[in-house]
Amino acid sequence: MRRYNKEVIYGIYDDEEKLLQAVRRAKSKHLDILDVYSPFPVHGLDQAMGIEESRLHQAGFVYGLCGTLTAFLGMSWIFTKDWPIIFGGKPYWPVPAFIPITFELTVLFAAWGMTITFYTICGLWPGVENPQLDLRTTDDKFCIAFDSNEVSNSDVRSFFTETGAEEVNTKSI
Amino acid sequence: MSAVVSPVRRPLIEGNKTYHQITEDLCTPTERTPSRAWVIAFIIAVATMAYGFFCIGWTIWMGTGSWNLNRTIGWGYDITNFVWWIGIGHAGTLISAILMLFRQRWRTGVNRAAEAMTIFAVICAAIFPLIHVGRIWVVFYFFPYPNVRGPLWPNFNSPLLWDVFAISTYFSVSLLFWYTGLVPDFATVRNRATGLRKKIYNFLSFGWTGSAKHWSRWESLSLVLAGLSTPLVLSVHTIVSFDFATSVIPGWHTTIFPPYFVAGAIFSGFAMVLTLMLITRKILKLEEYITLEHIESMNKVILVTGTIVGVAYLTELFIAWYSGYVYEQFAFFNRAMGVYWWSYFGMMACNVISPQIFWVKKFRRSVLVTFIMSIFVNIGMWFERFVIIATTLARDYLPSSWSYYYPTWVEIGIFIGTIGLFFTLYMIFTRVAPVVAIAEVKSILKLGGNQYVESHNYKHVHGFSDHHGHEESHHESHHH
Repeated sequence: MRRYNKEVIYGIYDDEEKLLQAVRRAKSKHLDILDVYSPFPVHGLDQAMGIEESRLHQAGFVYGLCGTLTAFLGMSWIFTKDWPIIFGGKPYWPVPAFIPITFELTVLFAAWGMTITFYTICGLWPGVENPQLDLRTTDDKFCIAFDSNEVSNSDVRSFFTETGAEEVNTKSI
Repeated sequence: MSAVVSPVRRPLIEGNKTYHQITEDLCTPTERTPSRAWVIAFIIAVATMAYGFFCIGWTIWMGTGSWNLNRTIGWGYDITNFVWWIGIGHAGTLISAILMLFRQRWRTGVNRAAEAMTIFAVICAAIFPLIHVGRIWVVFYFFPYPNVRGPLWPNFNSPLLWDVFAISTYFSVSLLFWYTGLVPDFATVRNRATGLRKKIYNFLSFGWTGSAKHWSRWESLSLVLAGLSTPLVLSVHTIVSFDFATSVIPGWHTTIFPPYFVAGAIFSGFAMVLTLMLITRKILKLEEYITLEHIESMNKVILVTGTIVGVAYLTELFIAWYSGYVYEQFAFFNRAMGVYWWSYFGMMACNVISPQIFWVKKFRRSVLVTFIMSIFVNIGMWFERFVIIATTLARDYLPSSWSYYYPTWVEIGIFIGTIGLFFTLYMIFTRVAPVVAIAEVKSILKLGGNQYVESHNYKHVHGFSDHHGHEESHHESHHH
């Protein structure tokens, strides 16, 4: 089990609308949210929390480009330098014939690169046990968590009451 | 959870589900002991698969001489089955990737199972090129790697090599896409489990917690994978069609092949999705998730792609006549009237004529008609590949080498075995993973209007929604 050595105070909501309003309210009250947990991607939560758009797709472009270059330069080197052979009277460097494999390797590199990057930056991997605040957040509950050392306890508790949290709990993770 | 009333849209998920109810409905099939029917069906599937592997073993041990291929007919059951399975796989990617880009939210009910089907179909497909090379123990020669034979490289000009790249990329990218969608759902299953089961599902779920930042990246990743899979899936069957189209065999050497093959692939894939879904929804009682709306939408796709395929068949005939090229004309005359006329007839009847009944809404929404039609299409598309491959090869340029092809028990056994393998894998999947994407269904629950009021008519509730575009309000003012 991974450890963060944090005291966490968290509230449980039963609906994503309440969650969104609560997150917006926390922003306006300058309460620093540690994390939000939900059973599915809640539309508009990124903007409400101020999560920047992921740069995964930029990374994907770079990986894809690596695939393009690997395939195209690799085939070009093999057919013009390493072992030139004439196939069916075609030129040594048949660029149109390289397009399918170049395309496939672009997709292959981009997809694998992005997926591996995704799991790595999220700290998700087979065998990893990440601490969970409440098991119901993968079912039907939504959770907002604060770091107890970062926010005042009374502020947070009144925030949870005002925004309609069903339960408020603490946990050290 | 409070319900949101959307009076204008039909719900995508029926039965006024709550989030918890969705979790219950979709996780329990993985949690309860398998039913008697499942166990019996599984034993049949495994036995069929085992027989298939026996025949594969026979082929490898005895050589491809145990097949009825000869110098005239170099491709028979093997490549017919390969193309058939690869085509079936295409529907899963179409549903999960292309419909995702088009924001077709109904896909969430079927995308998980359809994509599982893709992966299993590609596994079945991949068996055929591997064994038909004869010496499977040197099959790694397919791949370019620095070797001690020169190094001698594969021929990058060859569509057969493009196929190696296309299919391995397609398989691995589909697997990533599918698994990334599964990770949050495995976490849902994990959080309901205890003991060893919890450990296994934690391993499978990669320690997923549902953190907002992870969801944000997850959505970003899914979107790009969908964007990558879309041209990928189109490229795969395009390249499969190049295997034929770049040769100089009359009947194969046609520019219409790529779009024609892709349409045929989607056509056969949706048929197989329907075959599987209709059984799955019945046995796992998922009628509220895989609804008649889904069946109707997929039947529309079958109608459209079946008609495209029909147009392609007729175009081929027309172009053969119009080209004035006698060998091309003979190839098509031979397909329709030659020794294999029955397979051409089966293809036309199953693929072009029978789907036309889906112009009628009553048939599109009938489970029984859909099931029978899906089997027809599966058979018809198998015939299509057989017509293209065996019929064309059986009558080549030299009448002295004309031949007739029929499979041996080994070839039939391998084909039936892949069907067993497919169902074995699919049945394991329904026991291990939620067959409907839990998180994705939850995320569209409210968008689809889970409180749709059947009796309301559109005009009455027109003013309720604030989503109307300019034209619509304009239209409304006219109306009053």
